[in-house]
Amino acid sequence: MADNNDPMAEIRASFFIECEELLEALQDGLQELYDGADDTETINVVFRAVHSIKGGAGAFGLEALVRFAHRFETVLDEVRAGRMSPDAHALKVFFQCADHLSDLVRISRDDGDLPSDRTNELLGLLNEILGEDADSADAEQEEEEEDIDFQPATLSLDMDFGDDDGDDGDFSLPDLDLPDLPPAPGQNEYTILFRPENELFETGNEPYHMLRALDEMGTSRVTCHMDKLPDLKGLSPDTSYLYWTIELTSEVDLAEIEAAFEFVEGLCELSVTKAGHPEETLPEQEQPDAETSAETGDLPALASDEPEADVPPLETQLDSLPEPATEKTIAPPPPAAPTEKQAAPNAGKNTGAASNSAAAKSVVRVDLDRIERLVNLVGELVINQAMLSQSLESSGLSPHSDAMNGLEEFQRLTRDIQDSVMMIRAQPVKSLFQRMSRIVRESSASVGKDVRLHTEGENTEVDKTVIERLADPLTHMIRNAVDHGLETSEERLAAGKPEQGRVNLVAAHRSGRVVIDVSDDGGGINREKVLKIAVEKGLVPEDASLSDSEIDNLLFLPGFSTATVVSDLSGRGVGMDVVRTAIQALGGRITISSTPGVGTTFSISLPLTLAVLDGMVVQVADETLVLPLNVVIETLTLSKNDVEMVRPGSFVVRVRSGFVPIFDLGKELGYRESVEDFEGCVVLLIAHEDDSHAALIIDSIQDQRQVVIKGLDDSFYRAPGIAAATILGDGQIALILDTSDIISNALGSVGAGNSATAAGIPA
Amino acid sequence: MTEKDTSTSIELLTFQLADQEYSLDIMSVREIRGWTQTTPLPHAPSYMKGVINLRGTVLPVMDLSQRLGLKAREHSDRNVIIVVNHEDTMTGLLVDAVSDIIAITDDDLQPPPEVQSGSLPNVVSSLTLIDERMIRVLDLGAVVESVQSSAA
Repeated sequence: MADNNDPMAEIRASFFIECEELLEALQDGLQELYDGADDTETINVVFRAVHSIKGGAGAFGLEALVRFAHRFETVLDEVRAGRMSPDAHALKVFFQCADHLSDLVRISRDDGDLPSDRTNELLGLLNEILGEDADSADAEQEEEEEDIDFQPATLSLDMDFGDDDGDDGDFSLPDLDLPDLPPAPGQNEYTILFRPENELFETGNEPYHMLRALDEMGTSRVTCHMDKLPDLKGLSPDTSYLYWTIELTSEVDLAEIEAAFEFVEGLCELSVTKAGHPEETLPEQEQPDAETSAETGDLPALASDEPEADVPPLETQLDSLPEPATEKTIAPPPPAAPTEKQAAPNAGKNTGAASNSAAAKSVVRVDLDRIERLVNLVGELVINQAMLSQSLESSGLSPHSDAMNGLEEFQRLTRDIQDSVMMIRAQPVKSLFQRMSRIVRESSASVGKDVRLHTEGENTEVDKTVIERLADPLTHMIRNAVDHGLETSEERLAAGKPEQGRVNLVAAHRSGRVVIDVSDDGGGINREKVLKIAVEKGLVPEDASLSDSEIDNLLFLPGFSTATVVSDLSGRGVGMDVVRTAIQALGGRITISSTPGVGTTFSISLPLTLAVLDGMVVQVADETLVLPLNVVIETLTLSKNDVEMVRPGSFVVRVRSGFVPIFDLGKELGYRESVEDFEGCVVLLIAHEDDSHAALIIDSIQDQRQVVIKGLDDSFYRAPGIAAATILGDGQIALILDTSDIISNALGSVGAGNSATAAGIPA
Repeated sequence: MTEKDTSTSIELLTFQLADQEYSLDIMSVREIRGWTQTTPLPHAPSYMKGVINLRGTVLPVMDLSQRLGLKAREHSDRNVIIVVNHEDTMTGLLVDAVSDIIAITDDDLQPPPEVQSGSLPNVVSSLTLIDERMIRVLDLGAVVESVQSSAA
């Protein structure tokens, strides 16, 4: 295994992908618990998630992760077994642990340094919850846990023929040199019946490894039973008919034997019978009715009914232990897991996976590159279709001809295909929202406010890239809401509001765009204060009279921060302007609305995808160029006196009350010398970053439409001011401009032209 | 290269550039296209003709004459774009005309004389004679890569 790195790396990678899903399930489950759910299934889901992470982490030797997950799991097991009901404090710790677990997973994946301080701190908290008595048992278990040498699903070649393996009857492994203990007092004799079900093989497990593991524990004698083997005619190649009995003489205890089967629990029928030494069998491990179990076991091995992790009432089982237990049976359907402390942590692994996959929609994991390719092809199709219709129209065909009708149908189909392909890239915003709920927890804790995040529309789907790039601005907004938006508990009580603040995060589709609202039920924007600060900072003239919404929009000015005390969270000088820039870079818009005493709402409106852009197609110096529509504020035609020269080479245009620097796009792109006469020129007023504006001279506006974005391979020449390219209906390439780059460059070349932009124009 | 006992044969695509004959290993050639109008990139070096639409992908095109420091020529209908693939990056090379495909062996290749060519990269990797005409074999990596690094 070690000498072949690649397959392991692949398995490792898929483990981390799985971890992400598990962590998501964990967050979900905890949230449900937090919202008051206390059904066993929810607890089980949480438990299984942690357990599965631990199991996988163990396989890859991620010890710190295993150690932490293990303790976490132990506490959760207490909850699951009904010995403990988590209060608000415990849940808070659970959340923190879940967050930390996801940190650990991430750090482990990137081979980073593990924050052991935090781990220990949380372990301490968990121990507190657990109480002392469990502590010792736990430590013991921990030790044992480390002994488990899990073989990461190695698919040995003979796996498919597992059935034939034991054909020669006795599958006896050579006696091993045993530890120098004499086979006397410490030795126990076990009889183990092991009957794998089909799922065991389907999940890539291999009975041989378990048999070998047993053999390593002591002296074992393995007998393979073939009595269930049908005629060749009736033999189904993917069904396992063989089962084994193993007579094991070893000093290990029951739990250790079970541990060998840890990863196949629920996937096989297993019974461990111990001869003699009745005092060694833990009473609580007794299954009340061994015969029932045996019966279950007699079901044909085919039976693939889903093993349920839950076992009916524990009490009855515990009570029905009159005789000194000499026998112990674990019959995985149903696994006895919850009855015993030792086996319990192991129960979830496979059963959990099985039931999860049954519940979830069937999903295919696809390499993003493949989707990219498909998106590209569809983009091409759209372009081709546009070209075809252009040439058919110009050929003078009757609009009612078959060709034109067919073309119309073709157009409809391409649109449908395009939509469907875009849907593939779409992902629910849920993962993003979960990250935000962590932000709320952390930020509320650090400012000492009690805040609850309410999310809605988690299944709203947005392009994957949008989701990724939305995380930072959203984090900032959430922090702002917690830090600035919500009042302190005392203020809230005084205002007659519930003590617990509330932050809402709502996503929805609205007319072809995605709208995400971040709102709080805080005091609303203190407009007086905002205006005062803006005046103090010289952002607005002192005598300015601004409407409420204009004042609210002052928050988007760079360098604006209302927090009088710079807190840890926000107010580091980067503010809503950064958020707005990020949103605009995604082709989105952000608006703000606030009602004093009721709260503030930030509303982000985003395009569904980054693969298509709403563009304005313009002509400059005989070149066709595309500008993102969302940066164009308005279009003007210059008349004689609109443009003033500030100094040679630097001009401004008067737009209502403000002066805006004006540049010739053709010159900025190096396509021509600057125009001399501005009269009659078409000018686009462009929103630049920092809320300043600039005007760009173009020759004409051609069209306004959606264009398919084609990335420019940056391995070759990277042109300044060009964001991407697109292919027009005539097959020609048009460049998509990065206006803020162009304007920044232009401002830089003009030098002190900045002063003009700083004035801006009132929004 | 020439140390091998059995010389391997290679195929070269030959083409005209400013009345000289050049060639490229045919394995790196993806296709040959007629000249189409390029979309110029702003502030690009003069040999970067711009980009064209190659069945939906944006293909950068460079004028090979200018790239090699030969004198620029007027474009005619015979001008073609050779689409080459170098280390998974596609580039279009504008040449005057494509002439032939020739098969030669390593033995036929001669190293070019060691002449310092000033600032230009050493783009000619070897020379060969076909029908008494000298054909220069281009080192595609040197042609394409130095652009990429200078652009980066």
